[in-house]
Amino acid sequence: MKRAPLQPLITLPQTVTELTGPQFSPADLTGSGCDLTRNGPLGERVIVSGRVLDEDGRPVRRTVIEAWQANAAGRYLHENDQHDAPLDPNFTGCGHAFTDDEGRYRFVTIKPGAYPWRNHFNAWRPSHIHFSLFGPAFATRLVTQMYFPGDALLEFDPIFNSVQDAEARARLVSAFDWETTIPETALGYRFDIVLRGTDETPMEESAR
Amino acid sequence: MKLIATPWQTVGPFFHIGCTQLDRANLTAHDKSAITIEGRILDGDGKPVPDAMIEIWQANAAGRYPTEEEVESFRGYGRVATDAEGRFRFRTIKPGRVPFADSRQQAPHLAASILMRGLLKRLVTRMYFPDEPANAEDPVLSLIDSNRKGTLIAKPVGAGHLSWDVVLQGNGETVFFDL
Repeated sequence: MKRAPLQPLITLPQTVTELTGPQFSPADLTGSGCDLTRNGPLGERVIVSGRVLDEDGRPVRRTVIEAWQANAAGRYLHENDQHDAPLDPNFTGCGHAFTDDEGRYRFVTIKPGAYPWRNHFNAWRPSHIHFSLFGPAFATRLVTQMYFPGDALLEFDPIFNSVQDAEARARLVSAFDWETTIPETALGYRFDIVLRGTDETPMEESAR
Repeated sequence: MKLIATPWQTVGPFFHIGCTQLDRANLTAHDKSAITIEGRILDGDGKPVPDAMIEIWQANAAGRYPTEEEVESFRGYGRVATDAEGRFRFRTIKPGRVPFADSRQQAPHLAASILMRGLLKRLVTRMYFPDEPANAEDPVLSLIDSNRKGTLIAKPVGAGHLSWDVVLQGNGETVFFDL
């Protein structure tokens, strides 16, 4: 696959173009929102919650998170997914959430199944949820994947391990969380997301 | 204390599931001054990429970026997935000039993010406008070797119609930026 540039990237000083970015409101989105289990899909119900922060630890407020994932059998509701596992008529695998004033978000979903992807012999992706965030600026855009703690497939996954730095890689793994676990209902996983900062001088809290 | 930023992971082959509602191909309601920007995303073999996503961000005609309060008028944001021929198309307006980090002005441009399976992170690039005298003094274009500048400048293909191909690798490789 010849998709990665061969020429070195050119360092771009951040200008107003990079320090601003698109903003969205709940009116821009419809559908299952932050509860992907509304139609009663099969699978282990989980609550994925956390905070979206910038590198200085400040909350990123009222920002949108797009999320997508496979169903409990490891199958995506997508025409290009040919994995021989059943689709779930009650699960689209698509959701979105907005952070609150403290940068908090919360999804109710099911734990996605492992998924074979034919990258190499016996290649299986660990369970993961895709997240897409815009944050306050063009420069803060982030698309990532969240993993579950203790997944045996993590150490073999080239995508997870494409992040060289172990400390940064650990940021991709959620933590089991008693505090958000609901008795008789769902296991809680905590996943904080840190958006890279801009070079901009920090604004006063009240100006955000 | 600085926190460690969450690293990127590839958008993968199935982003259409989660990233469709915020797609915007048409950025403007004003047909008179609207322009069409059309192009293809091509890989290192010159083959179209049918599973990419391209996002654009631009100022309004007066050279102002929309703030949260102004989003209803002109949002400056577009996103589409490429089609089976690797094609994308936006309907928008030509932005005005915006300031650079110093006192200079930038030439009219769009910022673009390009995401796809096989790329860990997005690629960041820009599109500039043809027949634009301000290109000659643009502080960002001036960072680029003259033989590669052309990869960031769209080509006119008719009235109000521009063509801009993004070449990911090899011959005619588009200039990409590190923010």
